[in-house]
Amino acid sequence: MSEPTTIFKRPASMRDAFTHYCPGCTHGVIHRLIAETLDELGLRERTIGIAPVGCSVLAYNYFYCDFQEAAHGRAPALATGIKRVLPDRIVFTYQGDGDLASIGTAEILHAANRGEKFTTVFVNNAVYGMTGGQMAPTTMPNQVTTTCPRGRDVNLAGWPFPVADVLAQLRTPAYVERVAVHTPRHIINAKRAIKQAFRYQMEGRCYSFIEVLSTCPTNWGKTPAEACKWLDEVMVPYFKLGLKKSPDRPPVE
Amino acid sequence: MQREVTFAGFGGQGIMTAGKLLALAGMAEGKEVAWIPSYGPEMRGGTAYCTVVIADRLIGSPIVNDPENVFVFNRPSLDKFGPRVRPGGVLLINSSLIDVLSERKDIEQTCVPCNDIANALKNGRSINLVGLGAFVARTTMVSLETQRAVLHKEFGKKGKESVLQAATEVFEAGVRAVLEGQGAKTP
Amino acid sequence: MAKKLMKGNEAIGEAAIVAGAQAYFCYPITPQTEVAEYLAKRMPEVGGVFVQAESELAASQMIFGAAAAGARAFTTSSSPGISLMGEAMSYIAAAELPAVFINIIRCGPGLGGILPSQGDYLQATKGGGHGDYRFLVLAPSTVQETVDLTIEAFRLADKYRNPVLLIGDGLIGQMMEPVDFEGRGAPPTLDTSAWATTGCVGREPHIVKTLFLDPNELERRNRKMRDKYEQMKREEVRFEAYLCDDAPELLVAAYGTTARVVRTAIDRLREDGVKVGMFRPISVFPFPDEPVRQLAFQPSVRSVLVVEMSMGQMLEDVERALQGRRPIHFYGRGGGNVPAPEELVRECRRLLGNGQGGRP
Ligand SMILES: Cc1ncc(C[n+]2csc(CCOP(=O)(O)OP(=O)(O)O)c2C)c(N)n1
Ligand code: SF4
Ligand SMILES: [Mg+2]
Repeated sequence: MSEPTTIFKRPASMRDAFTHYCPGCTHGVIHRLIAETLDELGLRERTIGIAPVGCSVLAYNYFYCDFQEAAHGRAPALATGIKRVLPDRIVFTYQGDGDLASIGTAEILHAANRGEKFTTVFVNNAVYGMTGGQMAPTTMPNQVTTTCPRGRDVNLAGWPFPVADVLAQLRTPAYVERVAVHTPRHIINAKRAIKQAFRYQMEGRCYSFIEVLSTCPTNWGKTPAEACKWLDEVMVPYFKLGLKKSPDRPPVE
Repeated sequence: MQREVTFAGFGGQGIMTAGKLLALAGMAEGKEVAWIPSYGPEMRGGTAYCTVVIADRLIGSPIVNDPENVFVFNRPSLDKFGPRVRPGGVLLINSSLIDVLSERKDIEQTCVPCNDIANALKNGRSINLVGLGAFVARTTMVSLETQRAVLHKEFGKKGKESVLQAATEVFEAGVRAVLEGQGAKTP
Repeated sequence: MAKKLMKGNEAIGEAAIVAGAQAYFCYPITPQTEVAEYLAKRMPEVGGVFVQAESELAASQMIFGAAAAGARAFTTSSSPGISLMGEAMSYIAAAELPAVFINIIRCGPGLGGILPSQGDYLQATKGGGHGDYRFLVLAPSTVQETVDLTIEAFRLADKYRNPVLLIGDGLIGQMMEPVDFEGRGAPPTLDTSAWATTGCVGREPHIVKTLFLDPNELERRNRKMRDKYEQMKREEVRFEAYLCDDAPELLVAAYGTTARVVRTAIDRLREDGVKVGMFRPISVFPFPDEPVRQLAFQPSVRSVLVVEMSMGQMLEDVERALQGRRPIHFYGRGGGNVPAPEELVRECRRLLGNGQGGRP
């Protein structure tokens, strides 16, 4: 009989900590994918992460690398500051949809347009999680939240903001992909994309942006399983998954 | 004259609602009232508590660190709030979830098996109303009649008679648990 | 109408509706998000405008637009969000438009925490945005007073064509108290026809702007605004004196929630015959300079204690008002901690040198 072998363990880039995320929340899954990536690419000691304001404001309690906490929406500006003074370090921002797609729209658009050589992991859960379930720019049509009690009215609030698709329109080269984490198959694919994003950064190629469709069972008022189903049936058809832009494929003139 | 109570338990046990119903009863008796919630990081999945103050005159400090009465619905709340009851005050304990008493000798303690009572009436979610009935019966911070009238007003929406009936049933069971000494022990 | 048991935040929303607010622009932030949630339901019911903006920066500039267009507009936020509104505050004051801002203060600086604080006093009364302007600033201490001052804020904003800022702390926003809307109503509608940008049918165009490159023209405006602030100092000073007319030995100065705790502490001290009184500013700009002088300079008053949920901000106004003529002590709590009555009883006794009550 052979010796037992370890097939699953906590990545070295994660701390041994209790989670504060709600049961069934996929923020934790996304954390793990980033930590595995940092491990596999040997980046932990030269990485600086930037936490947003949102449920993942405490990300630094889970990642075992240097971290800064940004003001709401400003993570891409901090990242620019860090990356410009320390170009050989690896810098990533981790941001929610309220943070990135609402209050921080100017910062994210301009960081991407300048082609800053850092990575953004954008967690789109169609709602403001931390403040208790208000409408986000990504809230789905007719989705009820505490600030759209009659459901999102697209005539008043517009359509859900498709950040990855919008960023892909910029002429500046970048890597932009949208993934999801509600099934094992999607998680494996999300891991591939996140790893690719960090690789581009290591090569100094371009700005890299991964939008991850994520669940918020608490504010959606659903069980974790229902939340995954809702993500699949309501979010995925609108927020189309897949590669939006690649530095290997120059834009068509 | 000022009277106070802190209700404490898990989020989701209806603690805040119990407090609000009590405050409404205080108002109905023409008193000054204040309902002060816990709010803050501890709310996510942790303990939730609220304090209700009922007084004859303008209420000063909304912070009451040594409330006259405390009702704890879970064990962490007993550990946190048991030591704070004002000497001579009353500590009510949800004995369905807490199997110990406070070691203090300078307060009175009453056990109410809120979950068991609510479950027996097939209304497991309403442990807060069992607690409210027991609390009002035990302390008469407001009169039972006023509290009943408030329940009527709050739950007696037209076409939802069954809601009122269910609420009344658990509330009265809480009252009986105290008045008939069911499950009530004093160390 | 019977009294209603309401959360401070919801009461603010209803008070604004009673005051005839036509447009509300917001961005969620704890501990005041309930105002937005309440008005998301209520504004459409009364035909008003509700917009959740993309940021506080935008929400406050939406007020600028709406106010210039003649609407009764307002916003609510909490500390980090109010910082982002500093820009619009300056512009709206410069353009001499009426608007109401409400800050339900949380502890800081930076992201800080979400618990109550009074750490934005200096920002509220001395600054916020850039330039030579002032807000009229009101500080309620109960939910009812929050309702009344919210309605009053809209009237004063119109009266001075100047923004009015209401400051409460997280506790006032979160707690429930009975409130009465009986007899309260909207202030008279402001005649905006001389300046509002509503389309120039049959008249010369109206321009709302804040750029004045001619120094003399800008200085004239600065002087005119100064005159308004002087008028506020004459006409809008509000305060409460609690148990100050029986020759107290110690005067405690506090506002908002802290003043409630002080009141309880004073009641307890008085039971033991310790004579302490309280000065509670309700308008913090204009600060009640003359009233606090009158109270503090009574011969019986040996010293003044300022109590705040900050490391000492209103303290500077009390120091300024008293001009060194009475010793001033300070007791502050931070981090979201609200002082307990027991602490203040202890502190008052310590200052009076009578640990166990009675005279020293
Ligand atoms: C300037 C400012 N405005 C508002 C807030 C309050 N705030 C904290 S988290 C948050 C929303 C977070 O939502 P999202 O970015 O979607 O993250 P999630 O919690 O859903 O992961 C808001 C509005 C703040 N902290 N600072
Ligand atoms: S509130 Fe939503 S996003 Fe935040 S931890 Fe809970 S489930 Fe996750
Ligand atoms: Mg979100």
